[in-house]
Amino acid sequence: MQEVGERMKKIEAIIRAERFEEVKEALKGLSYPGMTKSIVEGHGKQKGLKQQFRGTTFEVEFTPKVKLEIVVFDEDVPQMLNAITRSARTGETGDGKIFVLPVETVVRVRTGDRDESAI
Amino acid sequence: MNLRGSVTKIAIRGVLTFGLVCLIWLAWAGTGSVALAADPTGLGGTADTAIDYVWILVCAFLVMFMQPGFAMVGAGFTRAKNAGNFMTKNLMDFVIGSLTFFFVGYALMMGGDWHGLWGTDGWLMLGDYYDVDKYLNMFWMLVFCATAATIVAGAVAERLKFKAYLIYSVVVCAIIYPIYGHWVWGGGWLSSLPLGVGAVDFAGSGAVHAVGGFVALAGVIVLGPRFGRYDKNGKPRAIPGHSITLATLGVFILWFGWFGFNPGSTCNAHHLRIAIIALNTNLAAAAGGLSTLLISRWRTSKWDIGMLLNGILAGLVAVTAPCAWVEGWAAIIIGLISGVLMYASVKFLEARGVDDPVGAMSVHGACGLWGLFSVGFFADGTYGNYSVEAPYITGLFYGGGGEQLLAQFISGAVVVAWAFATGYLTFKLMDKAFGIRVSPEEELQGLDIQEHGTPAYPDFLAMPK
Repeated sequence: MQEVGERMKKIEAIIRAERFEEVKEALKGLSYPGMTKSIVEGHGKQKGLKQQFRGTTFEVEFTPKVKLEIVVFDEDVPQMLNAITRSARTGETGDGKIFVLPVETVVRVRTGDRDESAI
Repeated sequence: MNLRGSVTKIAIRGVLTFGLVCLIWLAWAGTGSVALAADPTGLGGTADTAIDYVWILVCAFLVMFMQPGFAMVGAGFTRAKNAGNFMTKNLMDFVIGSLTFFFVGYALMMGGDWHGLWGTDGWLMLGDYYDVDKYLNMFWMLVFCATAATIVAGAVAERLKFKAYLIYSVVVCAIIYPIYGHWVWGGGWLSSLPLGVGAVDFAGSGAVHAVGGFVALAGVIVLGPRFGRYDKNGKPRAIPGHSITLATLGVFILWFGWFGFNPGSTCNAHHLRIAIIALNTNLAAAAGGLSTLLISRWRTSKWDIGMLLNGILAGLVAVTAPCAWVEGWAAIIIGLISGVLMYASVKFLEARGVDDPVGAMSVHGACGLWGLFSVGFFADGTYGNYSVEAPYITGLFYGGGGEQLLAQFISGAVVVAWAFATGYLTFKLMDKAFGIRVSPEEELQGLDIQEHGTPAYPDFLAMPK
């Protein structure tokens, strides 16, 4: 099991919602089994945005972002990170973060297959 | 003794019954003889009156359709968690207004005048009032009354208890609106001031909008601001509404409805002045929107859509009193000024801790007053007092002197005092009796679930806190 855990990683990329299509295009043709996308809210060091409504400003502390979750074999991680970073970047604050985490176990629900055969 | 007792009883009963029969007969004979004057059948109609009836009714239907306009503006400008509550309040002020105004309001407003103060007959539209003309007038006045009532909903949104809103609706439709309405429209003392032709208000900048606006101000002051509207240091923070799209739909509906509100107020399809009124109404709306948008852009460097929506309404409110008496260019000036005034009023109130989520006071109160005053400046002496015949109404800029303007100022001062005082009293008394504001927990959760059992969008939107 420990052996397996070292061989798979989960990539969590929090990116700008409006860059999602670019990122998806950039990932095409790379080797990954599947992807989960969710719409999340959060802030980084810059702490939210100023917006205005009926002439008065308000602070949006949590701005909407897209979170991608992808589990891949270790050797595929660098190219995934490259592709996501390149396609998600605008150069402005708020471009997001990518986290890479070890994966302990994978189960395919339909068959009960585990780990490499489940990914 | 027994026999004697029962004979006495029978005699008393007989006398009472006879008396009652006589009374009923007298009442019957009374209403019968009056009923000769009333025309419930509509037999007196001619082709000419039929045109007037259709004109007034179609316009009244348009004014009724301003109800969903107000509902959409208010809902769009507030949060999704209170949308169901807001819809219920908007429905109920029309429900309650329709009944209350029929029972009490119309009689106080349009019944036979008592010393210029209030009307005295027409309760339940009985007797003489069972008449096609009276019913037409009642329906026309009702849709205006309900407009005044619904203006307040937006100002007190997101925190006023539903029960308090029901009681408020009764008071405004039974007393607050009809009394001032009587003074200007029902033959009351303001309309017979010995200045110019007396105070005038063509379609109700004062009688409808300023009444609603100042009652709204009173309600907002008693309620206090919503949680989160000001930060710890008292600095204002906007609470964005949940749908600019709905708010915009509401403004378009109101703009359209106003083409019934203003031109219909001739109450006569034979006054071809309706063409001028319709165009003036439109010009002021456009001018109000434009001036507000430009100020927003200048002050905040954004093309602020929320302010633009308020600005269009500001122009419509302001032109409501003068629309029949001014030229097109004057309607534009009136609209441009109303946008500036509305914007200034929103900022002024906000800085003083008055939280009016939809700007009801600034749009309807401030611009309603401006509308009343503008008649005294811009009336050009080409249209009379709901009449194509003289006396024509002439303002300061057309050589009419200051008399009409003074009458307008008096009417404006009176509407502020009356609407604010009665509104304040209504909300304050309810607050003393049972507390008009929902609990803090309910305010945070939203009024929909606690008051009405379901959110407005159970399957559609995530509810942000």
